[in-house]
Amino acid sequence: MATVELTFSALPAHVRTARLVATAIARRTGVAEAILDEVRLAVGEACSRAVEAHRLHCPGEPVRIELRDDSGRFEVTVTDAAPGEDVTPQGLEADGSLMPEMDNLGIAVIAGLADDVEVLPGPKGMRIRMSWPASSHGIGAL
Amino acid sequence: MDLKLDHHSEDNLTIVDVEGEIDVYTAPRLRELLIDLVNKGNFHLLVNMEKVDFLDSTGLGVLVGGLKRVRAHDGSLELVCTQERILKIFRITGLTKVFGIYASVEEAKEAHGRDK
Repeated sequence: MATVELTFSALPAHVRTARLVATAIARRTGVAEAILDEVRLAVGEACSRAVEAHRLHCPGEPVRIELRDDSGRFEVTVTDAAPGEDVTPQGLEADGSLMPEMDNLGIAVIAGLADDVEVLPGPKGMRIRMSWPASSHGIGAL
Repeated sequence: MDLKLDHHSEDNLTIVDVEGEIDVYTAPRLRELLIDLVNKGNFHLLVNMEKVDFLDSTGLGVLVGGLKRVRAHDGSLELVCTQERILKIFRITGLTKVFGIYASVEEAKEAHGRDK
């Protein structure tokens, strides 16, 4: 079970880095090329949500992402340390105000992309776990 | 890749060329451009996304926000996009029913001309 853990400051600029790392490890784990775009987008959505949550509640705390090759599946867990469930960063109006009908769009996108998704809200933050099938012939298995 | 934005007007249509990645980091720049264009009286926008490598829900929020703004002035915000990876996120979120999505700028201009 190979695991890579990454923590990063809650800055929007780092979300791209997290996406790139996740895509690279997914490829190495043996996730099919056709699915890599979905991994990239879903991980980006989860990290964007976590970054916005931290910026609202705990800007000094890092966001944590864990990438795991788990018996034929590539599993990603994004954990934030922000209390509450009132974070809807994707639902912003053009002027920056909240747009109620776009609430949780990011989570909806993740649900549409990941093969298996679990959203675990908690008093100390939210954990989003998602996974995709990975070939046992991935580079990481060699 | 960063985000490159450009725009020009043809007749009463403003074409916004977007290149690069639209995400939580870069989306505010697109939001500012759309707001600026609307504030300057450009109410018919065509966002050309053919060179967009990545789009997330933050970007979708900006486009929907822009659409609401132009609609308040009886305007329009339509898209040019043929990339499957980008179209997929519009389909997942049901936004293909909200935006006019065209295969080329020429096709969009033709449709816009017919609607005038």
